[in-house]
Amino acid sequence: MNILVCVSRVPDTAAKIKVAGDNKSVETAGVKFILNPYDEYALEEAIQLQESKGGELTVLTVAGDEATDVLRTALAMGADKAIHVKANQLEKDSFYVANNIANVAKDLNPDIIFLGKQSIDFDSFQISSLLGGLLDLPSVDVVSSINYADGSITGEKDIEGGKESFETSLPAIISVQKGIKEPRYPKLPQIMKAKQKPIEVKEAIETPLRTEILEMTLPEKARAGKILTGSDADIDELVRLLHEDAKVI
Amino acid sequence: MKVLVLVEEHNGSLKRSSCEAITAANQLTSSDNITAIALNASESALKSAGKYGASNAVNANESSIKGEAPALSKIISDYAQQNSFDTVLFAADSIGKEVAPRVSVKLEAGYVSDCVGLEVNGSDIVATKPVYAGKAQAKVKINTANNVLSLRPNVFTAKVIAEGTEANYSEFTPTLDDKSKSVKITSISKNEGKLDVAEADIVVSGGRGLKEPENFNLVENLANALGGAVGASRAVVDAGWRPHSEQVGQTGKTVSPSLYVACAISGAVQHLAGMSSSKFIVAINKDADAPIFKITDYGIVGDVFEVLPKLTEKIKARH
Repeated sequence: MNILVCVSRVPDTAAKIKVAGDNKSVETAGVKFILNPYDEYALEEAIQLQESKGGELTVLTVAGDEATDVLRTALAMGADKAIHVKANQLEKDSFYVANNIANVAKDLNPDIIFLGKQSIDFDSFQISSLLGGLLDLPSVDVVSSINYADGSITGEKDIEGGKESFETSLPAIISVQKGIKEPRYPKLPQIMKAKQKPIEVKEAIETPLRTEILEMTLPEKARAGKILTGSDADIDELVRLLHEDAKVI
Repeated sequence: MKVLVLVEEHNGSLKRSSCEAITAANQLTSSDNITAIALNASESALKSAGKYGASNAVNANESSIKGEAPALSKIISDYAQQNSFDTVLFAADSIGKEVAPRVSVKLEAGYVSDCVGLEVNGSDIVATKPVYAGKAQAKVKINTANNVLSLRPNVFTAKVIAEGTEANYSEFTPTLDDKSKSVKITSISKNEGKLDVAEADIVVSGGRGLKEPENFNLVENLANALGGAVGASRAVVDAGWRPHSEQVGQTGKTVSPSLYVACAISGAVQHLAGMSSSKFIVAINKDADAPIFKITDYGIVGDVFEVLPKLTEKIKARH
């Protein structure tokens, strides 16, 4: 089974976000970047699938030069090779990324494409379904468990307040939920070995931006910031505020 | 602008997020140009789209599908193309988030997901969407002639603008090829009687300061008294106290309820990101310096083990 995993490089969850001088992007200086956490789950699912069924596991990113580090992490976890679609232009929308993945996937012809359910920078939840549309393949999002059969898979996906069981033919695109399989931490020998694995560099294909960021701001919401104690009188006051000010009870 | 809105039915009426999407469509164009579309909905629920400002409502009858994205996106794209809709709106729920990108591919439309604000600038739509789990917001302009948008639930207000008005109802049987039926939903299991944290209007969350998983009953009791859902911090989910479906934060769910109560949660950056857009925020924590107090409307500096039972009783006493 040939497997493609698409990954992205994102600011660490603990990073404080500041708007950059262009007012359209975020400041990257001094920010720690990591492999998107949901993509780690996608990689783990893919690695275990390859361990049981064989085939080749390729990891891919569409990003600038800086993303080599997350490809090396993915190779250290267990991917066989990496494809780095170089996109050094600052602004890329989801369609740009999906169009470039689809362009590579057409030649690669994977049996299954895995992604994290979202990347935690733009939280757009788009790439898997855009790929489904562009490649005319089935896609299922927020998948929390998978069983593999010949030419098809069954599994479960998270929905509001519950789960759905699904089945789909292969090839297919699957975006995974946190916790599907616990991602491994690469050890030093794997990290060393990953340095010898090939990263193929491809030029991005031109894709006009369908959406464009005009402005980036930090949300400012004036909060009352009223501090009370745990006394009976103060708890009464809180109940009153919830009723009269917040009007929630 | 001619706007198509995907609506969903729940227990015989339109879901609130669907009503919110119709109301938002009224910010883009006049009622005459708004059509609500649904899959296998009841006639009465669909007609009620009229009072929120959709003049037309159309039902796609196809009992063999349950909202699978390849099939539903084909139905919506075909209908939009055949009837010259230039804009399609979705609620950013599990169905909308899977279907909207596919529709945008078919319509060659720019798509902005999970919007919390919409404005029209000349002939352009400019949408506001939270990024970095709400640590920042981006204003995004759609550059294409066609537009696809999904709207974050609980943010836009559903407004009845024409009480008693019914939408002009029609129905059709869509044509689906085998390819669009490649994904099949075989069963659905809902946690009956349990509100999802992302959909709830009131959320009460607990953190590691509760000390033991059993002490979450204090959080559950307050949530029950308020009619809300239970949420959890990443620390307690990672520790296995609570399921991931309850996790609020950057690698969990982003919520924006009317009231968010954080109990014994210190307020790590990744947690604040998931809940800071809530309308009212209450925190209960014994550490007066906890970061959570920087973003609260009302904070109680006190011991959750004493405060929560009292607060729960006092709220119950109001009913």
